[in-house]
Amino acid sequence: MEVLFQQLINGVSVGSLYALIAIGYTMVYGVIRLINFAHGDVMMVSTYIAFFALTGFSLLGSVIPHMSWYVSFPITIVLTSVLGFLIERIAYRPLRGAPRISALMTAIGVSFLLENLVLVIFGGRPKGFPTPDAFTGVFYIKGVALPSLSIWIFGITLTFLGATFYLVYRTKSGIGMRAISRDFETPQLMGVDVNRIISLTFIVGSALAAAGGIMWAMRYPQINPFMGIMPGIKAFTAAVLGGIGNVVGAAAGGLILGIIEISFVAIFPDFAGYRDAISFFILIFILLFRPSGIMGEELPE
Amino acid sequence: MERERIIKAAATFISLLILTGFLKWVSSYGSPYIVQVLNTTAIYIILSTSYNLVNGVMGQFSLGPNAFMVIGAYTSALLTMTPNEKEITFIIEPIISPLDKIAIPFLPSLLIGGFVAVLFAFLIGFPVFRVRGDYLAIVTLGFGEIVRVFATNAISVTNGSLGLKGLKQYTNIWWSWGWAVFTVFCLVGIVGSSYGRAMKAIREDETAAQAMGINIFRYKMLAFIISAFFQGVGGGLLAHLLTTIDPKLFTFFFTFNLLIMIVAGGLGSMTGSIIGAVIFAWGSELLRWVEEPHRIGGIFIPGIPGMRMVIFSLILILIMIFFRKGITGRWEFSWDWVFSRIGWRREKAHV
Repeated sequence: MEVLFQQLINGVSVGSLYALIAIGYTMVYGVIRLINFAHGDVMMVSTYIAFFALTGFSLLGSVIPHMSWYVSFPITIVLTSVLGFLIERIAYRPLRGAPRISALMTAIGVSFLLENLVLVIFGGRPKGFPTPDAFTGVFYIKGVALPSLSIWIFGITLTFLGATFYLVYRTKSGIGMRAISRDFETPQLMGVDVNRIISLTFIVGSALAAAGGIMWAMRYPQINPFMGIMPGIKAFTAAVLGGIGNVVGAAAGGLILGIIEISFVAIFPDFAGYRDAISFFILIFILLFRPSGIMGEELPE
Repeated sequence: MERERIIKAAATFISLLILTGFLKWVSSYGSPYIVQVLNTTAIYIILSTSYNLVNGVMGQFSLGPNAFMVIGAYTSALLTMTPNEKEITFIIEPIISPLDKIAIPFLPSLLIGGFVAVLFAFLIGFPVFRVRGDYLAIVTLGFGEIVRVFATNAISVTNGSLGLKGLKQYTNIWWSWGWAVFTVFCLVGIVGSSYGRAMKAIREDETAAQAMGINIFRYKMLAFIISAFFQGVGGGLLAHLLTTIDPKLFTFFFTFNLLIMIVAGGLGSMTGSIIGAVIFAWGSELLRWVEEPHRIGGIFIPGIPGMRMVIFSLILILIMIFFRKGITGRWEFSWDWVFSRIGWRREKAHV
């Protein structure tokens, strides 16, 4: 029983991170039908920003001293949103009318650029992430270890998800987003500022990726330039699992994926090395049997 | 008309003779470094033209070549190694039977490597092509990572992260260029046939192609597995050129290079892919310069590892935004074009 609860706690906390990252994929895909390959790398950049905000901007000498987490994490989220905004503005917007494959190739280019820029600037050696003390404690409830980080992850994820759902389903911009995902042309005729909505989508997606990234870096406290690839693929799987384009589905898909993954490792500890392969098989499985995902509706081609 | 066809065939034959003579000359008098880069050029041609079949001719975005190369490389390497070599190499866990006894010549091992790649291409193409083509990119990207996970963990087959060492260097200039010429002939034949026209129709408008009675699933699958075959063979050739393979060898980085070759050359044009491969093979050698330490005017600039990749990704993004046609656009080389250029060709009056 304890083991079961323990795995459930771990699964939910990993799954929450997938959920946060998956929403960025699903929103962008919903609005402009682009698989934003750079999304995982945006998350990676956010962990570097957080790292330097926590330890002090070593690049700037001691101009900016190191900051406590409640200052540096919001700064990280804001800077990452700016990065997401710039990527869309510079790399994707010029290709809006181009064939879809061009935009996809550009996205791969951006992804590779981010990875290698970070590699060139900060080096390829993994850096230990300085997890603030507030996130390191562990509670014990009847033998079940409950790391305070898991509670934080769950709480922060819920807060961000709530804010995103409010944005998508209760505000005018959210209506615009959902309208564009249905039909790209008509909303423009009805006065929706498509460019603004798309920028907003990237900003929100990147902010969520930053929140996920910070917590990812605290959970697996090592950051390197290529750490974004695997979470990116898994989060995309979560988005497809939940039904691509569906924000609630992406959150649910992330949680399910996290729980499946952790239980697999718990049940077959000998095969822990294959852990990263599970999400891939799940992706193939969904495509075979339920391509529209759990909550998805049939999207027009 | 008959005469014209004979002339064209003769022209092709003569150019192949010239290529053979050139290769013969280089392999006798060129430095080992030049020969090595020429080998790489040929393998890049195999990989880029076959990659272009899926991405350029058919317009489906695959990121799979590195995965199929790994599969082809491991398969052919495991088949050419002698039982004795395998016993020495597999020190963590002995290799599973019957692989421990098999040793076959180079050519069949390459072909089997290609067919194993085809098998895997079929297995991942099947679920993807039944749904939206969009997912091909992410599924093949994920597949590349998974292949690496398996190459690292399935120690009794792949020798884990130690990899396979001490392969015989079977690949020489004749193997690599022989396969390159064969690949180009096959692919140009396919593109010019009704199959190729169906693939182009899918690229231009899937719905319209379907309405014209083209079986979309079938053609997508066909292009994907043909391309996987040559990528598997290319992986096998590269393995026996480098003589050492390990799970980190053909990462996504390799696919990215191929993408730059076909995009810079001209997406959808086989001529463009060949030009792209040649430029890339020699250009990336030149670009090594940026990763080496330099002293310019008394200022010491240390070598920056990874700088080449930054430049490559910038090149890709800039080409996509400003120069989407690449060098050739969709233009293809043909003898008709050459003859009309040198004012040799009569008008097609009596067609």
